[in-house]
Order: sequence, then structure tokens, then C-alpha cells
Amino acid sequence: MTTLTQPEGQASPQDAGAPFLSVRDLYVQFATEDGTVKAVDGLSFDLERGKTLGIVGESGSGKSVTNLAVLGLHNPRNTTISGEIMLDGQELTGAPNRTLEKLRGNKMAMIFQDSLTALSPYYTVGRQIAEPFRKHTGASKKEARDRAIEMLRKVGIPQPQTRVDDFPHQFSGGMRQRAMIALALVCDPELLIADEPTTALDVTVQAQILDLLRDLQQETGTAIIFITHDLGVVANVCDDVLVMYAGRCVERGSVREILKTPQHPYAWGLLSSIPRLSASVDVPLQPIKGTPPSLLNPPSGCPFHPRCAFRDEVDGTLCQDERPPLVLDHGRGSACHLAAEQKQSIFAERIQPLLGRAG
Amino acid sequence: MSEPTLSGEHSPEPAKPNLAKPAAERPAGEPLLEVSGVTKHFPVLDGFLFKRQVGAVQAVDGVDFDVRAGESLGLVGESGCGKSTTGRLVTRLLEPTAGRISYRGQDITHANRKELAPIRSEIQMIFQDPYASLNPRQTVGSIISGPMEINGINPPGGREKRVRELLEIVGLNPEHYNRFPHEFSGGQRQRIGVARALALEPKLIVADEPVSALDVSIQAQVVNLLQDLQREMGIAFLFIAHDLAIVRHFSQRVAVMYLGKIVEIGDRADIYEGPRHPYTHALLSAAPEADPDDDRERIRLAGDVPSPINPPSGCRFRTRCWKAREKCADVEPPLVRLHGNGEGHLTACHFPEEPTTAGREQDVILDPALAAIEEA
Ligand SMILES: Nc1ncnc2c1ncn2[C@@H]1O[C@H](COP(=O)(O)OP(=O)(O)OP(=O)(O)O)[C@@H](O)[C@H]1O
Ligand SMILES: Nc1ncnc2c1ncn2[C@@H]1O[C@H](COP(=O)(O)OP(=O)(O)O)[C@@H](O)[C@H]1O
Ligand code: SF4
Ligand code: SF4
Ligand SMILES: [Mg+2]
Ligand SMILES: [Mg+2]
Repeated sequence: MTTLTQPEGQASPQDAGAPFLSVRDLYVQFATEDGTVKAVDGLSFDLERGKTLGIVGESGSGKSVTNLAVLGLHNPRNTTISGEIMLDGQELTGAPNRTLEKLRGNKMAMIFQDSLTALSPYYTVGRQIAEPFRKHTGASKKEARDRAIEMLRKVGIPQPQTRVDDFPHQFSGGMRQRAMIALALVCDPELLIADEPTTALDVTVQAQILDLLRDLQQETGTAIIFITHDLGVVANVCDDVLVMYAGRCVERGSVREILKTPQHPYAWGLLSSIPRLSASVDVPLQPIKGTPPSLLNPPSGCPFHPRCAFRDEVDGTLCQDERPPLVLDHGRGSACHLAAEQKQSIFAERIQPLLGRAG
Repeated sequence: MSEPTLSGEHSPEPAKPNLAKPAAERPAGEPLLEVSGVTKHFPVLDGFLFKRQVGAVQAVDGVDFDVRAGESLGLVGESGCGKSTTGRLVTRLLEPTAGRISYRGQDITHANRKELAPIRSEIQMIFQDPYASLNPRQTVGSIISGPMEINGINPPGGREKRVRELLEIVGLNPEHYNRFPHEFSGGQRQRIGVARALALEPKLIVADEPVSALDVSIQAQVVNLLQDLQREMGIAFLFIAHDLAIVRHFSQRVAVMYLGKIVEIGDRADIYEGPRHPYTHALLSAAPEADPDDDRERIRLAGDVPSPINPPSGCRFRTRCWKAREKCADVEPPLVRLHGNGEGHLTACHFPEEPTTAGREQDVILDPALAAIEEA
């Protein structure tokens, strides 16, 4: 992976070899009345500047918890975090709150799914964009307001000079999401975390906003973590993909590898459960049986084993007993006990025909 | 992996007792439901003590379609375009402002409760939210037998036996008869809703976003279940969803709605491979496809859908349409069969597009922010 566009003055102080963001053996656990929730269970990944990493998985797989850990937004009272999170050479796990506060909204920013709760109803949109800019850059009120207008124009809000004084409820859903993007990007962050930023939007508006994020990234070189459960969205915006299941990474690779030649039975299941516009309508969908596991009491061994249709092809009770390691080769690999040749032949013979294009 | 896999605990033996004749043995295609000019305007009230009407939400404005026995008609469009309202009009949960709805030839537009009683059991509804649509204090058994009780139906062998059969048909464990909804997962709750809808052996099911609230892997379980019901029990569906790929997978015919109107309707292939209406093109182009080699046309509209309170004159899509001309503001385009279109493929547009979704020489980019960046 090479760094694409790197804006001047933002060159990494580290040697070129170290990734911009590096997460190693991340564990996040919540103490609850029912016991310990192992929301993130030994996760590692890297992200380069200018690249987009997609994190996909079903509800409750730990996508949001992972990223709240990067942002340092978990409540320390009931959360235990261990592992290493390095952003541009700076260790974030265990960093004092003041340090994290300085980074948030500045070097790293976020966009959430629900713009209504993320934006305050009591302040104008313009003020909410201008404030963090003043705080982090020391700009004057006038400069910050001009900056807010410029950002609103950039994200496609019509008449930004007047809309800057609107309150969030005066914006439509799509406009609010654009305002969220303007707010996230106002300080030129080097890392942007977007948690399902378009899930609540209509499909034509979603397409506009996904393309906008992608185009803005080309300009700024921001690294993006994009959380979604939609594999179509992944295909549109991501360079690399991490597939999460039960708090773990079960497969990693480039977007093309994950969508075209996935190796993990869970990824096969996801891909063959979704209908495609280009597939033959005569091929039935192949759901994954059962439901996602409880993280209070996750399954032993491979967390996917209770739902896996291929565990009988692994010798003995390995799938039930032993957690398969994630073996990576050039950033590509999966956590599954099936042998490499088995994965290839099962995919080619039994999975690919389900995904094919209409003849 | 050949059968639709069912609930986690219950072994997924595909038991299908009591299925009606396969669809192939019945005469297919007679219109079951006919909807013409159906309109629903919700009054917009203002004033403090003495409410007066200051306008109307034109939620549904003169829609025509029919649903034939045993088929699935898909209804797609973005939020607020009137899909749910249409579904609720058809099931007569709402009273139409104008138009005519008939079921098996009988006019039910303004039928009262008594007149509707015999039909009620034949048209059932499944809702989007499997959490909200089930009473949390009722057992699964009483939820599913509810419709039988209300309609005074006593199946041979008793209601409980029938409920157990229904649980089995939808892939739930019949032993769970006495459990409560909160003990089930989202997908399982949606199956309970399906079992309840099946209790009266309906001929038509209006399914309003039946899988939107479910995880991807669970969506496929429920879609396959509904598909079995359509194919093997010959139940007709009005299948409402915003996910274009799911609708294509499930429905033989599809209607596209925009701001309360049907802008295009036709067979699956007409809509997905040969669309003519600019909005259908835009909608299909925006649907994300899990394929890095996707080479379909790229159309990016500007802004959001306008309000249905004061919809644009003439063609309602004109404020976001790249082909709009003066005529589009003055004259509402009728929903008609265009030259070159197959039978039953109707489009409401003065200046239709070519019937292909292939990539264009130049993308259609109306969004000002996108256009600004991409031109630079
Ligand atoms: N504050 C908390 N206390 C206890 N458990 C929590 C807390 N936050 C999250 N969890 C649990 O951690 C797990 C992972 O949650 P997370 O929000 O990361 O899921 P997600 O992958 O983002 O799902 P979705 O797609 O639904 O947003 C879930 O089981 C969730 O219930
Ligand atoms: N009971 C109601 N009162 C007023 N407006 C309503 C009511 N129900 C729906 N609407 C409005 O009618 C339009 C169509 O709504 P709906 O049929 O729910 O759309 P969809 O299901 O396509 O998202 C929307 O603008 C909605 O806000
Ligand atoms: S390790 Fe075993 S159970 Fe897990 S995905 Fe691979 S084959 Fe299936
Ligand atoms: S009638 Fe005119 S505005 Fe409407 S879709 Fe056709 S070209 Fe566009
Ligand atoms: Mg989340
Ligand atoms: Mg609706």
C-alpha cells in the first residue's frame, strides 16, 4: 500500500515504515449486571494515510466499540481496554483525557449515523462548525464563521451564507449529514471515523454523500475508517476491508479480495445472503443459519462454529476447541482452520456459483 | 445449505404441513386486487384553538395498479414517497380520499367493518418492525391465534394445533408456543408476525419493509420463507421495500413511486434492465452493488426529495431531473406505455431515457459539491 495524496506539512514524524494508525491486540470489555461483555476480543489492524478501511459485520459485532476505543470515548468506569493504539507514533491507550480531547475534532474526527443526536438542537449549524475550529486553531470569530460557510459550501449546502445561521431541525436529513461532514472536516483531520454515516439516508442521497466523502478524501489525504454493514457501500468507498464477527477480525484484505475471492465461511455467508442487481433471480439466497452469538458468553474455539456449514470439513473438534489465528500475508488472510486449498476449492465450486452474474 | 435455514435452536427440517396446491396447478394471473386513482391526503392543520386546514400532505396521489393472484408486486421508492400509506390503504387501515379499490371484483373502497369482515381474513399485513408489532405481554400462541379468535374461526383439531403447525411452517419450534416475544431474536420475531398473517390462510399479504430491520444474514432467512409462501401456497404479495435488489429478487412486477405517484411500473426485467423514467435510472444507479467491477451508469442527483405538502407542478420529479424542460412544469406526464416498451410497462415521463442502465459517456452529476470537485 502506498500513501496517496499527502498534504504538505503533514508528513509523518515517524519513519516511512510505520503505519499511520496501528491497532494491536485490542480488547474492550464491559462490566454489566449479567457479566463481562467481550465486545472486542483481540483485534489488530493498520491504516495508511489517504486510505479507507471498511469495517463490516452484523449488529453487535463490535464495530462501534472498536472505534470508540480509538477515539477514547468509552466510559472508564465500566470499560476495560487493553492493547495498543498508535496514531502517527502516539500511543492512545491510557493517554490522559486532555491529550485525547486535543486530538478529537482536530487530528481525528468522527461522523455518526444519527446526525440529530450528534448535533445540538440549541446552537446554529454554523456555530457548531465554527466553535471547534476556533478552539483548535485560535481563529477569530469572523474567521471561524467564514470557515464554516466555506465548509458548508464544500459539502454542498445551498446558500451557505444564509443556511449557516439555521438550526439543525431546519435542515433535511441529508443536509444534516452534510453538516456533520463539514463539522468533522473543519480542522482538516488526518483520521476520520465514519460510523454508518449513510445508513439512515435515502439511497439517492446516500450515493451523493458517499461520493462526496471519497472526493474530499482525494483532496485532503485523510485516512478513513468506514463502519458499515452494507457490502455494496463497502464496494463503493473502501480500499481495504476488515470483516468482524463476535469482536474479532475473521478476514482482512483489499476490497477486491474480500468481495471477489473471500476465504472465510462467514464472509461467504454474508455474500451469498445478499441479492444483487446483477445476479440471476433464479439463484436462491443462502442465509447463514442461526443468529449472531451473545458476547457475554461467546462460543468456544472459532466463534462462528455454531453457524458454520463447513466445520465438518475440519478434522476432529478443532473448530469447537481452538481459536483459529488470523494469519496475514501482505495484509490478506482469514481466521479459519480450513486449509488454504480447501478454502479455494470450496469457494470456487460451491460459493462462487451463488454470486455469479446473470448470463 | 440447500434449504432455507431457520431458527437457531430448532433443527431446520423443512416441514411444510398443510400447504395448499402448488401455484402451478391454479389458474394464475386473474386480478385479485385492483387499485385505481387511489389518493390519500392528510390534512395539515394550523391555528391554536380552532384548527383550520392550511394544506394537505399529498401522501398518495392517484395511483393505479393491480396485483394478480399468486404474484408479487414490488413497491419501491425513497422514504416518504407513499409506500406505507399505499399499503395501509389497500388493507383498509386508512380511508382513501379518492379513487377505487376492489378485491376480487368487489368494491371495498369505503366498505364498513361488516362488509369487510369476510375479506379481512384474505388480506393480511406484515410490518417492518418485528419488535413493535407484537404485544410483549402476549404469548406467541395467543398472538398467532388472535386473528382466528377475532374472526371466530375454529380449525379442525383446534386453534392450538393450528398454531403449532404455523410455527413449524415459519421455521420456529412448536414447543415455543408459550414463550413471549422478548425471548426471540429479531428474525424469529418477524417469523411470528408471518405466522400470525398466515393464520387465516390469506390470499394477499401486504408486506411493508418486512426485512429492513434485520441483519443481512437474517434478511435472507425471512426472504426465503416469504418466497416459499408465495410459490408453494400461491399467496400474492404487495411487497414494499426500499432495497431495490431485494425487491428484484422477490417480485415479478415492480412499481416505482416518487412523491405519491407511480412513475414507472412493469415486469422485473422492464424496470431493472430497461427503465425509461429518469428517476428509475437515478434510483438504480444509486443502489450500491457489492461488486468492485460495477460498470453501470453513474447518476448523482442534487438535494433531497421535496416535501409532499406542496409538490412541484407538472412532473413531480422535475426539480431533480436533468432532462426537465418547460413542458414538465406545465403538464403532468401520464403513466402510459411508451413507444418501444413491452406490454404492461408504463412510464410517466415526457422525455424518457434509453432503456439501458449501461455506463454513459458522461456521468450525470447534479450535486453541486460533487460537480465542483470532479470538474477541478
Ligand atoms: N456501554 C456498553 N456496555 C455494555 N455492553 C456494550 C456497551 N457498548 C456496547 N456493548 C456491547 O458490545 C457489543 C458490540 O457493540 P457495538 O456497538 O460495537 O456493535 P456494532 O458492531 O457497532 O453493531 P451495530 O451494527 O448494531 O452498530 C454488543 O454486544 C453490545 O451490546
Ligand atoms: N397519519 C399521517 N398524517 C400526516 N402525514 C402522514 C401520515 N402518514 C404518512 N404521512 C406522510 O405521508 C407521506 C408518505 O408517507 P409513507 O406512506 O409512510 O411513506 P413511505 O412508506 O414511502 O416511506 C410522508 O410525507 C408522511 O410524512
Ligand atoms: S474455523 Fe471451523 S467453524 Fe470457524 S469458520 Fe473455519 S471451518 Fe467454520
Ligand atoms: S417529465 Fe420531464 S421532469 Fe419529469 S421525469 Fe420526464 S423529463 Fe424529467
Ligand atoms: Mg454500531
Ligand atoms: Mg414506510
